[in-house]
Amino acid sequence: MILQTAAERRALLDRSHTVAMVGASANHSRPSYFVFSFLRTRGKLDVTPINPTITAIDGVRGYPTLAAYAAERGAPDIVDVFRKAEDTPQVVRESIAAGAKAIWFQYGVINDEAIRLADEAGLDVVVDRCIKVESARFDGGLALGGVNTGLLTAKRRIR
Amino acid sequence: MDERTFGFRTRALHAGTPPDGETGARALPLHLTTSFVFDSTEHAAELFALRTYGNIYTRIGNPTVAAFEEKLASLEGGLGAVATASGLSAQLIAILSLAQNGDHLVASANLYGGTITQFGVTLKRMGIETTFVPGSDLDAVRGALRDNTKAVFTETIGNPKGNVADLAALAEIAHGAGVPLIVDNTFATPYLCRPIEHGADIVTHSATKFIGGHGTVLGGAIVESGKFPWAAGKHPLLATPSPGYHGLNFAETFGEYAFVQRARVEVLRDVGASISPMNAWLLVQGLETLALRMPQHVANARAVAAFLQGREEVAWVSYADLPDSPERALAARYLPLGSGAVFAFGLRGGREAGRAFIESLELWSHLANVGDAKSLVIHPASTTHQQLSDDELLAAGVGPEMVRLSVGLEDVDDLVWDLERGLAAAAKATELRA
Repeated sequence: MILQTAAERRALLDRSHTVAMVGASANHSRPSYFVFSFLRTRGKLDVTPINPTITAIDGVRGYPTLAAYAAERGAPDIVDVFRKAEDTPQVVRESIAAGAKAIWFQYGVINDEAIRLADEAGLDVVVDRCIKVESARFDGGLALGGVNTGLLTAKRRIR
Repeated sequence: MDERTFGFRTRALHAGTPPDGETGARALPLHLTTSFVFDSTEHAAELFALRTYGNIYTRIGNPTVAAFEEKLASLEGGLGAVATASGLSAQLIAILSLAQNGDHLVASANLYGGTITQFGVTLKRMGIETTFVPGSDLDAVRGALRDNTKAVFTETIGNPKGNVADLAALAEIAHGAGVPLIVDNTFATPYLCRPIEHGADIVTHSATKFIGGHGTVLGGAIVESGKFPWAAGKHPLLATPSPGYHGLNFAETFGEYAFVQRARVEVLRDVGASISPMNAWLLVQGLETLALRMPQHVANARAVAAFLQGREEVAWVSYADLPDSPERALAARYLPLGSGAVFAFGLRGGREAGRAFIESLELWSHLANVGDAKSLVIHPASTTHQQLSDDELLAAGVGPEMVRLSVGLEDVDDLVWDLERGLAAAAKATELRA
């Protein structure tokens, strides 16, 4: 199912525990490092780099492939994708094989075939969103940046 | 939580200001603090590298200020906002977020005099040149665009003559050149016009005016739509490695948040024109009642404009809600709830009549501000626009006979009573001179 609403993204993040980040980089100026570091230090989601060129980032052991991750750690709740759009149908096939429950395509990672494949396989799909921004939208971090979170409530926010 | 789209009044009260998570306080807490403690050295490092969210120092951000920013961004339909010390600093920070030495802007000539000097003198000294064109002349706007143009700038309702910008046409021209349209929406407020809905990319405000509403504190804000393609090639400040952040590429790293992030963490940080949390707190109180105040401002302005138009001492009234205004078609399209409460009129008898008029008023406050709950009056040629040369005065449409009104929330009969006294004094001054 393609998740279109903020409520659906929030529910996905709330029910998920593990994130396998395909294309995670140890280069501090890369967007994927920003997101990896945010998720690692925030601690609510257990994030693991998937990248054949690295063994670990900031002490978190990486895996060369989603298959290698799944063999040791089991199916990831979310596969977060930092890859060129044309590479993503293959990432989806590997995600399905690894038993992933959801696939999250980061900003600009848009491929219709990959979206269709994931949707048809029953994965929850998020497209052209950032998992860091959406996590922060719901825990109050984004609001500290003067961003229009779209959240409106008269209930006390429990962090 | 469903996906309900809440109305303007509901957002004015609730957006950005949920009950406080720590204490349950229902009103917005005022965080009068310069700085915020870190949880650990790692937390500090993550904050400074922009990899996590949180507060560092009030020059860059503050929870009370953020509440004001989110509320205004919500009301304008923007992605986010950056609050500043004043309207002029909002403009400066918006421009410096996308332009640098050697770049060029195209701006309407019918702008607030302070903006014309900010662009024409101060920005020019910094190497950013501006071509001022009659805002209503779309061909002139098109013709003024250059390869190094970085933005087109206008006001929704021009100060002081109340001309209305053709926002959709200006946005189309700007976008055709690969640059954003920046709109100062101070006079309209998001209650009367939301420029982003008409194609604008960046909205600036002097929150000092109707947003605050009480003439108490200065403040400004920049709101951005999040839709402009900053990485498309014309804006290297947002899409090439920044030496201020160890090679960070804002567009690549922050996506749709590139502009609001750069405006805050690089330009606001370095310019330092930050708003006080106290001021932001008061501006939030103002925004809560914006939708109640603006219709009354408009109703009083319409009544005052109609009164003036019927008087023989008055040569002309430039208010876009008058039926015979040349701005009527644009106002009907962009300002269907009313053309604001700031407009100008011309006295027969010129400068002497203007002086006598203003000095004989009892209720209208003679001062250099607009958008107060109280009615205000000024003679631009001798005050707000006095730094302008004769040619610039003419280009801005400011003659010696012009009086600018900011119509407040008093009983309108009392406002008209006072204006009648002023007009009588103006007529007497003209007779004496004749």
